[in-house]
Amino acid sequence: MRRAAPRPRFSGFDDPVFDAQMTFRAVMNATANPGRVEELSLLPDMPSRLAASLAAAALALIDHDTPVFLDRSFASDPDIAASLSFHTGCGFVEDPSCAAFALIGHPAECPAFSSFAQGTLEYPDRSATLFLQVEKLDNEAGLRLRGPGISDSRHLAAAPLPASLAEELAANRERFPQGVDLLLFNGSRLAALPRSTRVEG
Amino acid sequence: MYVAVKGGEKAIAAAHEQLSRARRGDRAFAELELAQIREQLALAVARVMSEASLYDAELAALAIKQSRGDLIEAIFLARAYRTTLPRFGESLPIATERMTIKRRISACFKDMPGGQVLGPTFDYTHRLLGEMGKAADEENVASKPGVPASCKMPGVAHLESLASDATASCPRVAKLLGNEALIEEPPSPSHARPGDITREPLGFPAERDVRLQSLARGDEGFLLGLAYSTQRGFGRTHPFAGEIRFGNVEVEFEAPELGFSVPLGEIEVTECDMVNQFRGSANAPPQFTRGYGLVFGQSERKAMSMALVDRALRARELGEEITAPAQDEEFVLSHSDNVQATGFVEHLKLPHYVDFQAELFLLRQLRREWEERHAAVTATQQPSREAAE
Amino acid sequence: MSAPSYNFAYLDEQTKRMIRRAILKAIAVPGYQVPFASREMPMPYGWGTGGVQITASIIGPKDVLKVIDQGSDDTTNAVSIRAFFAKVASVAVTTRTREADIIQTRHRIPETPLAEGQIIVFQVPIPEPLRFLEPRETETRLMHALEDYGPMHIKLYEDIARHGHIATTYAYPVRVAGRYLMDPSPTPKFDNPKMHISPALQLFGAGREKRIYAIPPNTEVVSLDFEDHPFEVQRFDRTCALCGAAGVYLDEVLTDDKGARMFVCSDTDHCECRQAAPRLAEGA
Repeated sequence: MRRAAPRPRFSGFDDPVFDAQMTFRAVMNATANPGRVEELSLLPDMPSRLAASLAAAALALIDHDTPVFLDRSFASDPDIAASLSFHTGCGFVEDPSCAAFALIGHPAECPAFSSFAQGTLEYPDRSATLFLQVEKLDNEAGLRLRGPGISDSRHLAAAPLPASLAEELAANRERFPQGVDLLLFNGSRLAALPRSTRVEG
Repeated sequence: MYVAVKGGEKAIAAAHEQLSRARRGDRAFAELELAQIREQLALAVARVMSEASLYDAELAALAIKQSRGDLIEAIFLARAYRTTLPRFGESLPIATERMTIKRRISACFKDMPGGQVLGPTFDYTHRLLGEMGKAADEENVASKPGVPASCKMPGVAHLESLASDATASCPRVAKLLGNEALIEEPPSPSHARPGDITREPLGFPAERDVRLQSLARGDEGFLLGLAYSTQRGFGRTHPFAGEIRFGNVEVEFEAPELGFSVPLGEIEVTECDMVNQFRGSANAPPQFTRGYGLVFGQSERKAMSMALVDRALRARELGEEITAPAQDEEFVLSHSDNVQATGFVEHLKLPHYVDFQAELFLLRQLRREWEERHAAVTATQQPSREAAE
Repeated sequence: MSAPSYNFAYLDEQTKRMIRRAILKAIAVPGYQVPFASREMPMPYGWGTGGVQITASIIGPKDVLKVIDQGSDDTTNAVSIRAFFAKVASVAVTTRTREADIIQTRHRIPETPLAEGQIIVFQVPIPEPLRFLEPRETETRLMHALEDYGPMHIKLYEDIARHGHIATTYAYPVRVAGRYLMDPSPTPKFDNPKMHISPALQLFGAGREKRIYAIPPNTEVVSLDFEDHPFEVQRFDRTCALCGAAGVYLDEVLTDDKGARMFVCSDTDHCECRQAAPRLAEGA
């Protein structure tokens, strides 16, 4: 007797090899140029609660070696965990400090950055990357960024963000080389705030 | 009655028979011919010739076949045969600068007289299993008439025409550096009788002739590991591959009764000159120093490892601090011979019943004494607890 | 038996993801060596397996690839690696620095200034700049953690005491973004200034040693020196015999066995462009 393979409700990337490569390059460019907003052209079929760019980055970077933390807003939609698990094979953790990636749907209520893995002084890479889904993301005004990857300074406007973001980011920079790296997503766009970036105002 | 010896003989004879069967494998397949091994497994043959110190491709092929492809076993077989051969004398030093070059490269210069000749090498192949590159269609290649295309790298622009008269000559790269005194002089030719580690036991400190002999017949893997350790900071020597050349050289022999030398034939060798940075010392000016490797057949890995270890072992001579295994002559030379090493490691398979019995006896005695002492100590320290129990 | 088939750019997707994650960490902590689970590649360790793994993980079908070794596109290993990617990733390849999206290199940075958006991938043999002061990884990792770089300064100062100047000519250590001490790979120190505030992303891969590190664009890269002995690059007192370029790195080529020699550009693309456009060269 033949059983039909389970068909996913969301089909993910059209072409898992090339779409993942394009998405990764956008994430890499964003990380190498902190604050610069990148645009993705190839977007996956994933639950609509996820920004398309966030879903693409998740499919490109997550797999069964990287435990994932979902905040309450993402965890409340069972399609999200199911489709991520189907396409990436990842497992989910409740404890933020055990996650390699944290997917945050409501950044205003994001757990304190220090509650995520920070890496150690010897191995600062053993740290978490936070995906923050925002409703506004552009280079018009807002935060003034300096540091590696930025010629002089760059502006980044993102909202909504945790009320204590400025202090959180300052503390994150203080912990350097330990700390977390942030990726911000909105629609098909994304930007990065790696731990090396200093944020002014 | 218990007669171990008789049963032992039978068991051994049966084991030998099983070995013969295993060696032959499934008789549905044709038996290997020595010429096939010699021609198609030439690098295995080269290794056996080098580490057995016996240049005879046919015998090396036989040893490989007999040893089922276990190269250390094959080296052992060839050495065991070599030791039975009479010795007529010493050949003249081979003149590798007059080598008929099949491959010659330098990592120090992009181009030099004689050029970069790539020759037969795995170096630029992609290690994709089952793909034998352009030669995959072996019949096609074998039946191709004429000489293969040149594998000499194109030289630097107009240098090509300049060098046309020099194509016949292929001077050593180290010699080219020597013109500016940037590299130490090669050791002057000695008329002293070279040492022979197959006839005299190794003593320490060892002279360089003896040391190079030891390295030449030393285990490729052991020397490779030591050479690698120097690259990773355990006795760093700042090496550059000055030159690696592989090809044929003539062996000449001077018979005292003739008064002149007669050619005995040609052998294939791989030679490596390592050029090592040296900052100078109180007695020596800053200049490049040398490490030298020479092996039978084509084996660049071994020749390069040998040259790196040779240079590392010159630490004492050059006034360098000795901190790493590769610089410790006694450590390196005492452990590089794989026939010795495999013998002693594998001898642990031999019966050691008698010694083991003695150790058992001793251990039981020690245990008994320890337990008596321990019981006495426990009794004095915890009388109340003992009483309670 | 049919020959095995391979994924786009040779590596499987899971390996690429692992390497991609390591690259992101490396960019986020500039100059820090991220350990990664380096794979066996179809070329030997020491021949650029680290660089090849990085290139294979970032390259896409639209990229144009340039591969150089010793500054040259036509050295054996450069030819081999370029052919490998042309075969396993069907990408366009070039020898022109300006046309390339990704430049994989061994031992040189092109003379033509790199541009924004370009990525240069360095092949690295020994990623740890402190390795020759301290062979043990446990120790050097602690030294990086504590920013304990005094021993490197002492080593360089010993050179000065002995020779009157620093005697390190390649793999000259740099400080990245004011924090990590980094080995720029065995490029001649001539190329060190090109790393400073470069508009290109610089990625470093060490396959055998299983490390990836990075310098984001527009990042400070400072060669170690002393106030009274500032860092200096090699200067050639002659020009390229083929294109006449000055202020570039030259290869010494021996022309006979009597000591005759000539000096030519190590960067073959730069040299060819100048030879093809002599008028432009005069202005350069």
